[in-house]
Amino acid sequence: MDTKLEFLRGTLDVLILKALVWGPLHGYAITSLIRGHSDNALLLEEGTLYPALWRLQSKGLLAAEWGLSENNRKAKFYRLTSEGRRQLYQEIKIWEAYATAVAKVLSAKEPSLSEVAK
Amino acid sequence: MIPTPMWRRYARFFGADPAADVEDELRFHLETKTEELIAQGWQPDEARKEAERQFGDLSTIRKVGRAFGQKDEKRKHSRDYWSDARQDLRYTFRILLRDRGFAVISVFILALAIGANIAVFSVVNSLLLRPLPFPESDRLVWIAPPPSECGLSCATYSADAYDEFRAGNRTFQDVTGYFAFSTADNLRLRGHGDPIPVTGLDVIGNFFQVLGVQPAMGRLFTADEGRNGGRPVVLLSNAFWRRQFAADSNIVGKAISLSGQAGELVTVVGVLPASFDFGAVFAPGTKVDVFTPLYLDQARNWGNIVTLVGRLKPHVTIAQALDDANRIAPDIYFNVKYPETKGRYKGNLIPVALKDHVTGALRRSLIILWSAVGLILLIAGVNLSNLMLARSAARAKEFAIRGALGASRSRVVRQLLIESLVLSSAGAVLGVALAATLLKWLSHQGSLALPLLSTLQIDSHAAGWTVLIVTFTALLFGFLPGLRMSRINHQEVLKDSGQGAGLGRTHDRLRSILVVSEIALACVLLITAGLLLRSFLKVLDVDLGFRPDSAASIKLDYEDSAPTSEAAAAKRGAIFQQVIAQISALPGVEAAGIADYLPLGPNRQWDEPAPQGKTFAPGTLPAPLVYVVSPGFFRAMGIQLQGRDFTWADNLQSQRVVLINQSAARVYWPGESAVGKILMRGNEADHVIGVVDDVREENVESATGSQIYYPATQQNPAGAQLVIRTSLPPASLATSVLHILRALNPRQPAAEFRPLRTIVDRAVSPRRFFMMLVGAFASLGILLAALGIYGVISYSVTQKTQEIGVRMALGASSGRVQRDVILNTLRLAAIGILVGTSVSIASSHLIASLLFGTSPWDMATYTAMMSAIIAVALMSGYLPARRASRVDPLAALRVQ
Repeated sequence: MDTKLEFLRGTLDVLILKALVWGPLHGYAITSLIRGHSDNALLLEEGTLYPALWRLQSKGLLAAEWGLSENNRKAKFYRLTSEGRRQLYQEIKIWEAYATAVAKVLSAKEPSLSEVAK
Repeated sequence: MIPTPMWRRYARFFGADPAADVEDELRFHLETKTEELIAQGWQPDEARKEAERQFGDLSTIRKVGRAFGQKDEKRKHSRDYWSDARQDLRYTFRILLRDRGFAVISVFILALAIGANIAVFSVVNSLLLRPLPFPESDRLVWIAPPPSECGLSCATYSADAYDEFRAGNRTFQDVTGYFAFSTADNLRLRGHGDPIPVTGLDVIGNFFQVLGVQPAMGRLFTADEGRNGGRPVVLLSNAFWRRQFAADSNIVGKAISLSGQAGELVTVVGVLPASFDFGAVFAPGTKVDVFTPLYLDQARNWGNIVTLVGRLKPHVTIAQALDDANRIAPDIYFNVKYPETKGRYKGNLIPVALKDHVTGALRRSLIILWSAVGLILLIAGVNLSNLMLARSAARAKEFAIRGALGASRSRVVRQLLIESLVLSSAGAVLGVALAATLLKWLSHQGSLALPLLSTLQIDSHAAGWTVLIVTFTALLFGFLPGLRMSRINHQEVLKDSGQGAGLGRTHDRLRSILVVSEIALACVLLITAGLLLRSFLKVLDVDLGFRPDSAASIKLDYEDSAPTSEAAAAKRGAIFQQVIAQISALPGVEAAGIADYLPLGPNRQWDEPAPQGKTFAPGTLPAPLVYVVSPGFFRAMGIQLQGRDFTWADNLQSQRVVLINQSAARVYWPGESAVGKILMRGNEADHVIGVVDDVREENVESATGSQIYYPATQQNPAGAQLVIRTSLPPASLATSVLHILRALNPRQPAAEFRPLRTIVDRAVSPRRFFMMLVGAFASLGILLAALGIYGVISYSVTQKTQEIGVRMALGASSGRVQRDVILNTLRLAAIGILVGTSVSIASSHLIASLLFGTSPWDMATYTAMMSAIIAVALMSGYLPARRASRVDPLAALRVQ
């Protein structure tokens, strides 16, 4: 089975917000971080990251600033705004609730007939 | 993240470049990726390709990035702009709240000035700018002979002439007209209770079709109904339908009892729309309740009776219509039965645009009025400019600090502009309310003889005009102080310790110039108002030929139908004699008499009588205005008479007698006494038994031509107006008079008991109206100017407190100080008066045509108005002068 998973809609936004939780990063670092933390399981076409970043910035969830990268190049650094942080916690909560619910269903045992009939 | 390097601070020095930012960001990604791949052992070329492959669709992403960049940039710009503007606005409100007195006074001044402007603009708009309230009204024309001295009969046409003109012309789509000699309350409506007087008007059948008026309910007249013997029908005016029939929606088809002389039932065929107001267009100051078809065939022998209105064919000009009318006029008969009357209307069929006929005469007055309110606005603007300057002098320090902190000069100007805009907007809101109230009141002044008043309203044009004048005013009084403030030297101001010091003499001079221009503008207004006032007084002073005070009239109903005209005359004589005898017996009644037409209302002519034994060149004999009156009429009217009055014995069995006015006597028998002479009308000899004073007929302001009076016992009057002269207030007689008339004739309607004074008032109402308005504006102007003078002088006294203190310490008396301040005030006033008077004299030709018996350079008016301004200047200078004289030298020197 192919372990590279396609992104569910909206997932990328949460991952970006999460990636920035520890501090400002430039776009390339965000890709590397997401890839690293998912053990290369999440397939990310690198370019698609940028429209997502710009969209989040335009919504006011991210703020951007120019700075110098580790390799001494000028790079655009993104950081979470307080609004973005709030959004992230909310999304995490939703995700966890969703995952728990799905996991519960998937791990369920066959119910007795009488229970179904109710 | 490594701190931002120095160069980066200047990267956006020349403004944002979102496209380059996107490019930089993406390039960084690809380069870093390539480096990483090379580090993993890829060949540089391969590594670059792999990096791009993993990146995906580069060009699309770049496009998306640019779009986002532009959007953000735009948003940022507007955010900056609005936050700045909001900040300024908030600041403005704070400042105005702090300076509450200033804000309230300015808004009040502006509300008056802007309100007056909106109101007058709405009047100008309704009367001059807006088309008449008919579809394609630019094609409607009024057809009349050139103006003459002989009244309504010379301004109208015969039924035959109408028919021929209508058939023969090539330029009119259709021609119509109405009966010109209708009087108010000429019909009675009978239903329950007392008969109600109603004003009816006979119109040619196609009248409403030609005007393009659609009925609100029912239909208009059909062609058959306009012919002799047609079914009796009536159209109701909207107001009458609402008032008299409580807006009955089933009125159409009902028969009502509506009668002139003989009782009859007429069927209501329709109700006219509320937008159609006959009086507003054709007869200002009057109202018409019902319309009935005019039977032209019945009126063939009545002479000139109809007023013509036509609708031009599309694309036909007035000039073409005039050519056309001149072409056919020679072939038109006055009466087809008399071939010699062919061509009588030669040169007498002149079409003019209906709009010009209705409002043309008012154009000059309205333009003067418009200019007057324009001047008011200017004065208000200058006044506020001055107040603003005084304030900004006090705020010099504030601006200096803002400037020192980096506020640009344009920001300072903008701040002052926003302040003035906020003030004038507030003034406009109040002003619109003021104007709306004024217009509402005006539009209900039915007795004001001005056309189209009922259509007055604040429409979109007036709203646009408001925005325009608000902007203009705000610029006027915001820009000048703004410029002045932006030019002050901040360091100078900050170095100075005193508040607002350091603005120096130029500031004072500017303020003085403003005050002088204010006085000059007010002077122009005052002189205009003074000239109009003097004209109005002259008009009131005119010898009308009758005495309108302590007399009143009421329309009398009588029934004199009889088989022969002799019997009818006898019956009528008996009725009139009885009425007059009983009315005269009332306590307080000095005289009573009857006439069919009263002065300053409708009138008519019959023919051209010739003095016996004299020959006049054809066409030189006048057709006098005709009145059929009873004995006692002249005494009741207060008309002077030489010779004898009619008596009840002057009947059809006795000698035919007439009275003529002095103008007629001068034409017929120049240099001789007319009494005892004979006037020939055809074969009929009328003996002149007396000569009476000329009575003003058409209007108060123009002299009257010939007038002739016939006794009601020898000629048939066209109705009866009972005139009563009394030593009591006329209104107190109304009930007892009506009571007597009812007792004699149960059909007598409850007609209006009108003091004669109201007839004169109505006739002079347009002049009174303009005089009052211009007078009110002039008063407002001088009040504002007084405020301006007071402000400037008071301010300069405050500024010079120290100097005054020094002078007084050196021995100047307080009287001397006071005199100096007052002299300074007078100097400003004198310059203002000089400029204002010069402007008035230079522009006097504009107002000359509006004056009556007054020269546009009338010395008395000029002197009076100059004295008024000097008096006002003295008063406004006195308070600051007194304050200056009470300066305590020690206290003044201790300050600072």
